Amino acid sequence: MATSTALPKEVRAKYEPVIGLEVHVQLLTASKIFCGCANRFGDPPNTNVCPVCLGLPGALPVLNRQAVEFAVLASKALGCRINETSIFARKNYFYPDLPKGYQISQYDKPLAEFGHIELHGTNAGKGAGTTKRNIGITRVHLEEDAGKSIHDGFADSASSTYLDLNRCGTPLIEIVSEPDMRSPDEAYEYLTKLKEIILFTGVSDCNMEEGSLRCDANVSVRPVGQKEFGTKAEVKNVNSFRFIREALEYEIERQIELIESGDKVVQETRLYNANEGKTYGMRSKERAHDYRYFPEPDLLPLVVDAAWQKQIEATMPELPDARRQRFVRDFGITAYDAEVLTASKSFADQFEEAAKAAKNPKRVANLVQSELQGRLKAKGLTIEQSPISMKGVAFSADLVESGAISSKMLKELYDLSFERNKDFPLIYEQEGSPKQSTDTGALERIIDELIAANPKQVEQYKAGKKTIVGFFVGQVMKASKGQANPSVVNELLTKKLES
Amino acid sequence: MKVTEKDVQYVADLANLELTPEEQSRILKDLNSILEHIDRLNQLNTKNVPPMAQTSDKFGIDASKQGSDRFSYVMREDETRPSLPREVLMENAPDSDGAFFKVPKVIER
Repeated sequence: MATSTALPKEVRAKYEPVIGLEVHVQLLTASKIFCGCANRFGDPPNTNVCPVCLGLPGALPVLNRQAVEFAVLASKALGCRINETSIFARKNYFYPDLPKGYQISQYDKPLAEFGHIELHGTNAGKGAGTTKRNIGITRVHLEEDAGKSIHDGFADSASSTYLDLNRCGTPLIEIVSEPDMRSPDEAYEYLTKLKEIILFTGVSDCNMEEGSLRCDANVSVRPVGQKEFGTKAEVKNVNSFRFIREALEYEIERQIELIESGDKVVQETRLYNANEGKTYGMRSKERAHDYRYFPEPDLLPLVVDAAWQKQIEATMPELPDARRQRFVRDFGITAYDAEVLTASKSFADQFEEAAKAAKNPKRVANLVQSELQGRLKAKGLTIEQSPISMKGVAFSADLVESGAISSKMLKELYDLSFERNKDFPLIYEQEGSPKQSTDTGALERIIDELIAANPKQVEQYKAGKKTIVGFFVGQVMKASKGQANPSVVNELLTKKLES
Repeated sequence: MKVTEKDVQYVADLANLELTPEEQSRILKDLNSILEHIDRLNQLNTKNVPPMAQTSDKFGIDASKQGSDRFSYVMREDETRPSLPREVLMENAPDSDGAFFKVPKVIER
């Protein structure tokens, strides 16, 4: 953990952290935002570049319509209001991976504003799920990504920086939150939710390792009860949600310690070192923040009128929260299971398709809940790595539903599936498609033998102790090695005992 | 005087420019005369005039259309086009290993 400092609890309790997040998300368009170069990760360096994204003199940007539609869709999913007219602006700074010397972004008139994400406190530990809280989204704007600088790993890295400009011009949305979060846990939940929503819209793959989702955090502390914000630091260079939580923990304690010892927090950009669990000041000069924004003269205002917005919104898939509520309602499962089943859109789709195709959708959900989850947990697998697919679960549910197999047999077959890492229908076939015995002749013989062998219990039954029938059912199941259909057994037993 | 030597130095710094003392005083004079001209423009009452960063959103577009349609011609469909061959690209690079552009070691300023 990042908390290498040992701040006494009572000192920590005197302060309230204030956190705001800036998240950059790359959009999954085929081509770049302002030119026809391929927008693809992992290609050989400098093979997806042209005069426009290299910023060669005279080249002009032309906006990608799909990038606009993706950005609008994401903004709507985040509850934002779309500004019918937004303006592109140049953000000016010098860095070798930005060949134009400016980034085309949006400034005083962004694409969208006034959104929010609802938190349920799922990471808050005690009382989780009971505290709904809205975190405001200030704005969502459209911009282009910069290229990639490689500072290490080459023979002459001590004297040269290598540049791969393939990423230049990749369409991005920047999602800026209000400073509404009050703990690293809330920041973590916000990011988890944001990623989930974006994934459901399908506009990005949100892959943090490949940099298609990146996050910077603004954090400050203030004495509890104080209205004004403290001086903030910006934490950058954090490449997982877990590290962001750790970096925030560390940064909050660092700031409290500074204040407690009579020092002041300096407004600066700090980098997180995940190995050490510490943040370090970048020592960059303040002037680096003077970006001299001005309207981009090469692009017209972006106009997304009501009609176009409506068209885009019509492609909006059902969002995770809504889907969860529907699963709880339709399949009678718990909120927790609904959460697990909607971990990703593709998985939720698989589950729903399988459940709907099954004779009893609720049984599919119940099997996931009662038989699958525990086995997955024991093996440390996520539901997406399950050897038994959702189709397999649905298939097994139908077998139980029709009475072809008993739930005991199902359990054994599930065990085999996990043991051999094969899907249920295959295992079922390999095991010779077993059926529970409804052969009443064989059952009757077993029952007759049992009745003869246990006169005392038979007497108890006849004296009115009807519950003793459970003893006989157990014995029959044992004798039939669990292959008997319990309801048939029950029926036969009652008939014989009554006679 | 609208701007001072210090302002000129600051802006030059932001633009990564090194100015000789002669250039600095010439630019100081130029900037001030530009700003004086802007001051004169500022005498106009533009309270009800929306800001305009360029003229092309007033002219050269299909004025018979409204909303997004009016501006839709300035967008492209999401289709890829061939990029520059890397050999051609690197012909103009001051330094390269054939695959990457190379620049003097970047040190955070």
